[in-house]
Amino acid sequence: MKRPQIAPYLLHALLVLFFLFPLLFMGVSAFKGDEMQLLRDMGTLRAFLPVGELSLQNFRDVADRTRFDLAFWNSVGVVGLTVLLGLLVNSMLAYALARFRFPGRRWVLGAIVALIVIPFEAIAVPLLLLVNQLPWFSEGQWVQGWLDSYHVQVLPFVANAFSVYLFYQFFVALPKDLEEAAQMDGAGPWRIYWSIVLPLSKPVIATVAVLQFLARWGDLLWPVMVVRGDEHATLPLAMQTFFGQFPRQWGDVMAFALLATLPTLLVFLVFQRWFVRSVISSAIKG
Amino acid sequence: MSTSRSTPNARRLRWTPWLFAAPGLLLLTLFMAVPFGMAAVLSFTDQRLLTHAALPTEIVGWDNYLRLWEDDSFWAALGNNLRFVGVVVPLQTALALGLALLVNRKLRGSHLFRTVYFMPVATTMSVVAVIWSLMYSPDQGVINRLIGVLSFGSIGPQDWLRDPALVMPAVMLLSIWQGVGFQMLVFLAGLQAIPVDLYEAATLEGARPWQQFRWITLPLLRNTTIFVVVTTTIYAFQLFTQVQIIASSGAAAPVDSFRTLVMLMVHEGLRNGSIGYASALSVVFFGIVLAISMIQRLIIREEGGAA
Repeated sequence: MKRPQIAPYLLHALLVLFFLFPLLFMGVSAFKGDEMQLLRDMGTLRAFLPVGELSLQNFRDVADRTRFDLAFWNSVGVVGLTVLLGLLVNSMLAYALARFRFPGRRWVLGAIVALIVIPFEAIAVPLLLLVNQLPWFSEGQWVQGWLDSYHVQVLPFVANAFSVYLFYQFFVALPKDLEEAAQMDGAGPWRIYWSIVLPLSKPVIATVAVLQFLARWGDLLWPVMVVRGDEHATLPLAMQTFFGQFPRQWGDVMAFALLATLPTLLVFLVFQRWFVRSVISSAIKG
Repeated sequence: MSTSRSTPNARRLRWTPWLFAAPGLLLLTLFMAVPFGMAAVLSFTDQRLLTHAALPTEIVGWDNYLRLWEDDSFWAALGNNLRFVGVVVPLQTALALGLALLVNRKLRGSHLFRTVYFMPVATTMSVVAVIWSLMYSPDQGVINRLIGVLSFGSIGPQDWLRDPALVMPAVMLLSIWQGVGFQMLVFLAGLQAIPVDLYEAATLEGARPWQQFRWITLPLLRNTTIFVVVTTTIYAFQLFTQVQIIASSGAAAPVDSFRTLVMLMVHEGLRNGSIGYASALSVVFFGIVLAISMIQRLIIREEGGAA
């Protein structure tokens, strides 16, 4: 079976160029403080090489002219809160369905499976109308309308039918011995759920967290609909706003893009195994 | 059994599942089921985003759907989605399968290659669209130069994002670049689920690599392939972020040449405030997605019956 392995490596080399060059192009361009040089380099291989005059000028511009740090922390807060609350709420609902026999259980389960098929895009418009009417308690009084806030970007996405379904499948397959033993010892259902079931559920928690993170971190549709101005804008919306400003400095835009991408790329590289597992378990959908 | 002692306990236990389920059920109802029902109802009204006391919302019957039928922008948007599906679904599926086969070979560095091919998936789509916008620059842009070199100068520079005929192909390319790594991993999982002894037996029988691929790999990847095709198709109908970023670049082709159904929905519902009309669009959009999912279930069930 000793055959020359040059062909697959050549293929890999071409593919690596294809997948890496746009990212390399962004990274290199971000450091080209001289806009004219950046544009001149584009027509040659120099576009992908850190050559010429390199500086941090573009990053200084981003810090001066945009509220990148605000958008970044908005993203971290909004997405982090959505994922954390989602893990709790969805696993609790799934636990009720997997471990208790109660009237209406089959009906609820069927409804949740049916909800999986509804894409967010199909309900975005009526949801906009709805959140525009909902009350919120703020600064000591009730105000109408949720637009331009953090909670409007968090609460509608906490409960997720597919996450419930993933948790449900995991709980159903989980052996009951430990829970039964704990019950014998007098532990209540909350204690069993919190101290026994959740610690055993790390794989499915990781899966749901990664899938929700990927879906929420990049979302532009909902912020476009409910957020005006910078105060509550997350990274994708801030990216769009900065990209749409004129006159456009491509070096600055690329510096912004690089800053927005690095955190997720790092998270991915560190937790790669979890990402791979999440994708694979998402394949059981449908 | 002393009933006097078990009754309060039983009552407590009867409520326990509902307490566990309550937060999730409440949120799912309020933010999924209710808006879903609203879409259906609102699509038969002339509901506006900003309501006016002087202009109460009225029931207009099928008017919104009739208007949809006669709206050139709707057909243009549906056409853009369909063209995107027609090109991206087969290309991305084939490329993902090819990548998975390549990465699955026992080569040094396979893990590294897999990481590289997945990196665009971990890159935020709005950022991806911005990077590619610069690469698509007219005249001396990266893409133009590359095509010029590959075609030995016979294809001149194009204005990718401003040319109505080229803006969708440009969106397709960047979408495939960003999304294919995800499908590659799905195929890889499918490949690794195929028992190795099947290939060993085939090799003993003298089956060539291509024959093994045709008669072992492809049939056993059937469900994976159906899954990939269906999810990519649904994803293609949800197309929004890329085209939204390109539209906001300020130098884009006429909007009907690349506007998608979801983008039209945002324009009608938000910019024009026509919630009723946008709701009719939502219902049509949901009908399309539902039909695709149904077809998937039908195909997989047929397989289950045959097996």
